[in-house]
Amino acid sequence: MRKLELTRSPFIKKALKSRIPQLIVLVVMLTGFIFAILAGSTGSRVGSQNFGIVFVWIAWWAVLILVAVPFFGRGWCGVCPIPVVGDWLQRGAILDPAARKPKWLKLRVPGRLRNMWIQNLSFTLVALFSSVILTIPLVTSVVLAAMLFLAIGLSMIFERRAFCRYLCPVGGFIGLYSQTSPLELRIKEKKVCARCEGKPCYNGSDLGSGCPWDVFPGGLSKNTYCGLCLECIRTCPHDNIAVNLRPFSEDLASPSGKLDEAFKAFIMLAAAMIYAFVLMGSNGAVKLAAFSIFSPEWFLYAASFLTVMFILLPGTFWLAVQAGNYKLPVTGKRFASASTALIPLGLMFWVAFSLSFVMTNATYIAAVLSDPLGLGWNLFGTAAITWQPLFTAWVLPAQTLVLVGGLFWSARTAWKTSQQVNINPIPVIGLCLLVTVLMLGLLL
Amino acid sequence: MKRTSEQVTRLLVAIFLVGIVAFPVVAWARTTLIHASMAETGGWSPDVIRGNLGQPLHLRFTSDDVMHGFAVGQMDMQAVDIEPGKVSEVTLSFDKPGIYTFYCTRWCGMNHWRMRGTIEISDASEAPTQGSNLEIPLFVSLGLNLDAPHPAEAWPASKPSAQRGMELIQGADIDTYSSTYQSTSPAGMFEKLSTSGWSESQRWDAVAAIWQTNTSTEGLAEGRRLFAQNCAACHGENGDGNGVFAGQLEAAGMASGQGMAGSQDMRMTRPADLTRPDLLGASPALLQGKLLRGGMGTGMPMWGSIFTDEQLWNLVAYLYSFHYEP
Repeated sequence: MRKLELTRSPFIKKALKSRIPQLIVLVVMLTGFIFAILAGSTGSRVGSQNFGIVFVWIAWWAVLILVAVPFFGRGWCGVCPIPVVGDWLQRGAILDPAARKPKWLKLRVPGRLRNMWIQNLSFTLVALFSSVILTIPLVTSVVLAAMLFLAIGLSMIFERRAFCRYLCPVGGFIGLYSQTSPLELRIKEKKVCARCEGKPCYNGSDLGSGCPWDVFPGGLSKNTYCGLCLECIRTCPHDNIAVNLRPFSEDLASPSGKLDEAFKAFIMLAAAMIYAFVLMGSNGAVKLAAFSIFSPEWFLYAASFLTVMFILLPGTFWLAVQAGNYKLPVTGKRFASASTALIPLGLMFWVAFSLSFVMTNATYIAAVLSDPLGLGWNLFGTAAITWQPLFTAWVLPAQTLVLVGGLFWSARTAWKTSQQVNINPIPVIGLCLLVTVLMLGLLL
Repeated sequence: MKRTSEQVTRLLVAIFLVGIVAFPVVAWARTTLIHASMAETGGWSPDVIRGNLGQPLHLRFTSDDVMHGFAVGQMDMQAVDIEPGKVSEVTLSFDKPGIYTFYCTRWCGMNHWRMRGTIEISDASEAPTQGSNLEIPLFVSLGLNLDAPHPAEAWPASKPSAQRGMELIQGADIDTYSSTYQSTSPAGMFEKLSTSGWSESQRWDAVAAIWQTNTSTEGLAEGRRLFAQNCAACHGENGDGNGVFAGQLEAAGMASGQGMAGSQDMRMTRPADLTRPDLLGASPALLQGKLLRGGMGTGMPMWGSIFTDEQLWNLVAYLYSFHYEP
């Protein structure tokens, strides 16, 4: 059996159908999120001692990239606090289904914007200013608050979760990499959905809201845009929705062939390498340039950043695809489909980068936990803990293993994809090897 | 029934969220912290602290950037280190009302010396007065112009020896009184000794001996300590003007364009080289005045509210040790 239906377990099914467990987690997350915003603006002005910085960019990031995305796909989106308030206001309720008569504008997002391009842009902007966002508590606070209010504002204007689906800088890459995760939400029987009247999973019913992610579960074949909010499990009158365990990277077997998703893969791969160079490297001049926003040095840094992300990497990849079959033109679909090979590689690059980033800074979590507002408290006796990197002996071997594993995973994906797009996979695999060696050099 | 659960949930969520907003806001508002940051980004905040005579003043500090230190001028206290993001505490008590100066004791940046603030201790019955020395400084009573050049007319070929000089001046009719020592430059003293019949090197040895009779081993040791803590960042550990901030000060002065053309171009300049012969053209009173008042825009801080009178004279004595052998 290739898949294990988790919702066969009565306990899991009951826990997922009920709104209460998810609501409890959401409220706890929202509490932490609001506290992070307040701590960012009122707490210690030293980034490494500020709850907002440490809990968002170290603790949350570690959980997200090392656990949530690889193993639960969009599991984080199911408990993300950012859209919650907007969701409640849009529905006019916390537990109850949405009111029949819409309370707000409920506009449809224009067709041209219903893709990942804006998310590509929002992530690029955050990445470009990350040296400041990641280190200055007030900036982190403003960015988090802006995301919260943007999500609320868009919920008032557009239907469903426009922020999560089209704007969230994090949601885009979680969606891309969730294709590799061993967790999925799918229908059990297609014909049941075909016969279902009213399609309550998409349109909503007395049992719950229509899919907030604007996805018809009956047609779901990839994890990319399913936010695991579980509303469809609650609204399906035929008990036809399941949560399954499956082999890793199953969604990659059938590439989407979309350019916006392909560029998401390029952006993420390039960003991981640039971060490894700027944040983990010992090049002080580059760090200073990245931090000196709007200075001439920063513009040079930004130009290099964007060149690597949008020209150098995609351009080299285009050449690799062309070299894979010089007789065929490289169409957008072929190019985008071939880029599927970069998805597991990108994820593993981020895991490798995050291992050193998180292990270097993890001791700050204990210190900040005892004094979250920088007021001299020592709630758990850990406020005075001195900074030291953790598991230093294990980080480098683990990173090497992750990067080499990612290379093999990508090569395997490239091999399978190449047959569908009729190219020789060797040049793409060669490019994957080249960037892996480069990343190894940057991290080790 | 369903609506009731919705209402209860709304109430619980609202209470929870209001609580989480109120908790940090109240905690933050109730805790007074004095923030230290480099002078370029604000220095002390607040930089004026008020207290009452007879009541202990409990202060809590945190640094917003680098390591800083806290001490109150003219007060015998251990400096408090202030680490970035951590909270340090100190309790002070004052035995007389007045305005005290507190300052940073760590070399936190080029403008480290600008990190100053005041503590106003009031007595219910009196208005605050300046807590530091209210006596007329010697340089004022002597009518010295602190900003005028003070070239040395003569200087020794090699470092004079106070020890050799002591043997010379013992029994000789030489004025070693502190009032004479303080008001006369070493070069001036050298001139005064021209009638002694001694050779030039002997006269310089005698000048060094007069210096030594007006200081002590302990005084010089304190002068050395004060210099290392407060002056060496700019003037260099050896007094040669090559401290760690020397280049930055000069560059900042050049870039500021704030020079006031006149007899003295008052902008931040490269710190003085205290090993140059000019120092021998300055009397102790003049040097004490420069320390007391500061460089008036040149970057040289004023130390009058930080050092006691005794500390100032010890520091002045130490400055001459760059030119004399004890």
